[in-house]
Amino acid sequence: MDIDVSAIFQIAGIGIIIAMIHTLLKQMGKEEVAHWVTVIGFVVVLFMVVRLLNDLFQEIKTIFLFQ
Amino acid sequence: MEIIQIVGLGLIATVLILVVREQKPMFAFLLSAFTGLFIFLYIIGRIDTVISMLEQLAEQTGIPSIYLKTILKIIGIAYIAEFGAQIVRDAGQEGIASKIEFAGKVLILVMAVPIIHVIVETVLGLMPPGG
Repeated sequence: MDIDVSAIFQIAGIGIIIAMIHTLLKQMGKEEVAHWVTVIGFVVVLFMVVRLLNDLFQEIKTIFLFQ
Repeated sequence: MEIIQIVGLGLIATVLILVVREQKPMFAFLLSAFTGLFIFLYIIGRIDTVISMLEQLAEQTGIPSIYLKTILKIIGIAYIAEFGAQIVRDAGQEGIASKIEFAGKVLILVMAVPIIHVIVETVLGLMPPGG
């Protein structure tokens, strides 16, 4: 398996760090930048999740659906 | 002792989700989805042995392989539908989760149509003619 458990910690870390950056930028009065940071972090994590979802569906297809 | 690993992973992921949810609920949802995917993917590889045993049994007893394939496809559809519905339900969208389950049920019924057809034909063949 090419994705291991550390990806879970990566996602949690990204979430916490993004939250920190968001708060910092908000305190500095840069709300726009803070929102963009949140969106970009979300997209990065979404990519990881979607890749794993693809892996899972391929696996299920090969095991159960004979394709 | 893989179960210990998986339970530990689940507990750690739950704590992380609780921490992240305070700040960003979106990330908490993605994290829970990822954890579920990971556990599912980890354990789906183990089911290979069961399926190969089933295939062997079907070969020995001479059951047509189309039946076994249909059953395995139904199991696959059930797994996928259940998994998707659970994730969507976690995110609070009860309505979409119900629709996913409904779609899974309909697709399973469609898969089972040839088997039902064979059963009905067999029963009709058993009946005395003209009765």
